[in-house]
Amino acid sequence: MQSTMTFRRYMVLVAVMLGASFGDTFLSKGMKQVGPVSIHHLSTLIVVLKAPWILAGIVLLIGFFASYLTALSWADLTFVLPATSFGYVIIPLLSHFWLHEYISPARWAGIFLITLGVGFVTQGPSYTSHAHPIPTDDAAALTSSSENARERSA
Amino acid sequence: MTNTTPTSVWLMIGMIVALATAGDVLIAGAMRRIGDFDEIRTHAGLGGAVAAVLTNARFFMGVGCMALSFFTLLFALSWADVSLVAPASAALTFVTNAFAAKWILKENVDRRRWFAALCVCVGVFFLAR
Repeated sequence: MQSTMTFRRYMVLVAVMLGASFGDTFLSKGMKQVGPVSIHHLSTLIVVLKAPWILAGIVLLIGFFASYLTALSWADLTFVLPATSFGYVIIPLLSHFWLHEYISPARWAGIFLITLGVGFVTQGPSYTSHAHPIPTDDAAALTSSSENARERSA
Repeated sequence: MTNTTPTSVWLMIGMIVALATAGDVLIAGAMRRIGDFDEIRTHAGLGGAVAAVLTNARFFMGVGCMALSFFTLLFALSWADVSLVAPASAALTFVTNAFAAKWILKENVDRRRWFAALCVCVGVFFLAR
């Protein structure tokens, strides 16, 4: 395995961690303002898309997914997945230090274990190099087509 | 909460976990096949990177599996307690993903990664208590 992590790539992992947890929190806050949606009035779900918290939540979740895909393009699944779980830690910590909510000892143990797992895996290599790499037909096609276009324009 | 049997609840949890794992593995496989985004952006621009993802059938199969997993979760939540279904499915998905990454994606899941997957799995379970 080789380590290909740079500062920018760690920032992408941070975006993965924060995007999902803040996105879900914003959606939750927006839906609480809207109230329960009846199954007979599902069109309300379209109307709520205009709510600022819902919009912000959707933008953050799109950002999360883009960061997640970017991370998977240069890191292993078993490297990226623990990072996504860090969202489980961020929300209880925010609720404790910002909203002064009580966190039980079991939850502190959970926070400790997830932090330990994430810290442990990020210290190691991020990507598995294969002796016989998986063919990257799509990337090769794209690269060659853009090079051909540049040659034609030149 | 309901008169659902434990077997059927665990069957639903198993379906959620299987579909989520399939989705993660298919998307990770698609991204590995597409290649490093940074390199593609250098050669073909951001539009080229987006086009590479949106023309990949494996990616859409992965998204489809994740969507099915999400709807199975919603269905399971209407039959069983969220305090069981949510943590159990999230925690088990970490373990099945580690196995799938090792055997299907051929990732080098060393002791460090097994330990991390186990820590996160138990941590999620504790956090949901």
